[in-house]
Amino acid sequence: MKPTWKHALIIGASSGIGAQLARKLARSGCRVALIARRTELLDELVQEINGQSPAPIAIAYPHDVVHYDEVPGLFQQICRDLGGLDLVIYAAGIMPAIGEDEFNFSKDRAIIEVNVLGAIAWLNEAAVRFLRAGEGTIVGISSVAGDRGRRGNPVYCASKAALATYLEALRNRLARHGVAVVTIKPGPVDTPMTAGQRLPLMIPAERAAAAILAAAARRVHTAYVPGIWRPIMFIIRNIPSRIFRKLNL
Amino acid sequence: MTTAPKAIRSLRMPEPDNPPALPQDRLQRLWAWGMAASGMSYVWRPSTIEGIRQILTYASAMGIPVGLRGAGRSYGDASLNSEGICLDITRMNRILDWDPTTGIIRVEPGVTIGQLWQYVIEDGWWPSVVPGTMFPTVAGCVAMNVHGKNQFKAGTIGDHVLEFELMLADGTVRRCNREEDAELFHAAIGSFGMLGCFTSLTLDLKRVHSGFLRVEPIAAHNLGEMLAIMETRRSAADYLVAWVDCFARGGSLGRGLIHQANYLAPGEDPFPAQSLCVQNQELPDTFLFGLVPKAVMWRLMKPFVNPPGMRLVNLGKYLAGLRQSGKTFYETHAAFAFLLDYVPSWKNAYLPGGLIQYQVFIPHTNAEAFFREQLTLCQKAGLVPFLGVLKRHRPDDFLMSYLVDGWSLALDFKVTPRNRQRLWDLCAKMDAMAMDAGGRFYFAKDLTLSKPWRDRFLSEERVQRFLELKHKLDPQNLLQTDLYRRVFGTRPS
Repeated sequence: MKPTWKHALIIGASSGIGAQLARKLARSGCRVALIARRTELLDELVQEINGQSPAPIAIAYPHDVVHYDEVPGLFQQICRDLGGLDLVIYAAGIMPAIGEDEFNFSKDRAIIEVNVLGAIAWLNEAAVRFLRAGEGTIVGISSVAGDRGRRGNPVYCASKAALATYLEALRNRLARHGVAVVTIKPGPVDTPMTAGQRLPLMIPAERAAAAILAAAARRVHTAYVPGIWRPIMFIIRNIPSRIFRKLNL
Repeated sequence: MTTAPKAIRSLRMPEPDNPPALPQDRLQRLWAWGMAASGMSYVWRPSTIEGIRQILTYASAMGIPVGLRGAGRSYGDASLNSEGICLDITRMNRILDWDPTTGIIRVEPGVTIGQLWQYVIEDGWWPSVVPGTMFPTVAGCVAMNVHGKNQFKAGTIGDHVLEFELMLADGTVRRCNREEDAELFHAAIGSFGMLGCFTSLTLDLKRVHSGFLRVEPIAAHNLGEMLAIMETRRSAADYLVAWVDCFARGGSLGRGLIHQANYLAPGEDPFPAQSLCVQNQELPDTFLFGLVPKAVMWRLMKPFVNPPGMRLVNLGKYLAGLRQSGKTFYETHAAFAFLLDYVPSWKNAYLPGGLIQYQVFIPHTNAEAFFREQLTLCQKAGLVPFLGVLKRHRPDDFLMSYLVDGWSLALDFKVTPRNRQRLWDLCAKMDAMAMDAGGRFYFAKDLTLSKPWRDRFLSEERVQRFLELKHKLDPQNLLQTDLYRRVFGTRPS
């Protein structure tokens, strides 16, 4: 069945996957609330979307996801402005460059604050609302990086693993109330986050966004994007630790 | 010594640095009674006038609209305030004063019609006007200015309100009656909770000399015959209502069964104290010889709630009506008045899409042609109403009046995900037809009317007066509902 979302909220919408999700949802007639820290990029995106729509369909909410105290009020404001809410996508995430032997707590803390605590702050609000409504879809963008603890960026991997586990728990809590919680595990996607990096099986953000919305419409539990990552990660997850630590993955 | 009233739990004012947030534990999904619409709201159920005032003050400080809700018995979105605060008055349900010699009663807003008649009937009184169900609150009924099967004779419930106290959005209370604050009196009745919250209402009741009504069913073979019979009997009847088989076509279009009911004269009932006893009025809660609880009845109805099933049910009802026609019987007030309560939760048989009721009020001269065209249009569209109810009406003098010297035909439509858009399109066509026929719309039922029709239906002058009064009494536009936003404007930014 085609998704019938009428009101969506995207956290982390100014660029990359989030921006493409916003464009796609708006094109389908869904009203979108877009949250991001970078006001200029956000405003440009909203102008672009509204310029292509007969009536204003996108609303910008500049917000830094680490300002957790703002979340309850802002979430309610968005619901009022949109006139409802069917879909929440948490796409905010950071992956700062980490040197091979670098152990930088301030960078690590920032990763956890954005990738995990920000997600919990926003998705808890969505969970309560959808639980009471008896319907709704929550999508969290985790990563294939969360499937194993890789040497390249320990806390980024840990943050995505934490997010995936949190989403699984949320799914187990909310399924009986009619709420879908979808975990997305993208491989490398061509976004500002991965700019300048040469990564295997990289796909454009637009393709990733299409796959994410398709997975959310099907209410799958966990979707690898693109799908080829599912068998790859199956193999990688099952590599014995003694061998894995010798590989430069 | 007086003490300051305690603040209602969780009325915490907003933190200055963060966007205002309402308490999560107040969030609920509320449904229109027809279940074809719903909305998420933050619900408070105050039990005192001070409690209402605190919520209004809190909402004003938060800048969040408040919707008033009684028992939530309006078919459409009149009691929904999606994403805002819902002020539910059902806990304010005390009888404040009752004089059995004059039949004048003063009640809190959340008293239901059921509570009301059960309280007064043993003193020989009955509410002058009741809707088809006893579950709405008195305040809800007055806010929507509901009518009953005796509207042509007794008017609307507003015609029997002697006085009320109304809390405005700023927390002040105004006492209104036909002499004192008469403009607000005539505007607040029927203004669907947009001018203030009733905190008490004083009503006059109808003296009855028996717990029974004399009821005569009369079969009508088509719409023309039905209208003619009802018009002839109007002057002699206390109540007059007709069921219409909306599936009948051609020469039988609009056939159905009329029920005329009359109060019994003093002395006609040899045992009035018995028949006026509450326990002898209450509707049975079982059927099939008392073996099956009525609570399960809607489940048995469900397989029939589709076009072929309802065609069969309507045919059966009509044929049974032909046999009953002309055979007078006695029925209790409650049994005659509250037909909708016979099958508890019957609306569940319409799930998952719910139902809407489309009811327009058409002037007498245009009524027959309009209803013919309306029923034919529904049949051609393949969206035949499962139930039709015809009533005679008279005008009233309230600002937001929906009444005409004419007729209304209330039509129940099943809503499904597949037919929803077609049904709304059909309603839009019927709206246009109704406008051309001088028709009016009823907000207690409506879920489909769009803003452009508003001025033609109520007249630009009335709408302007209403909006000016609202702006004067509620400059912050604090009182809102989904219905108000749909018909009168959008949510302010």
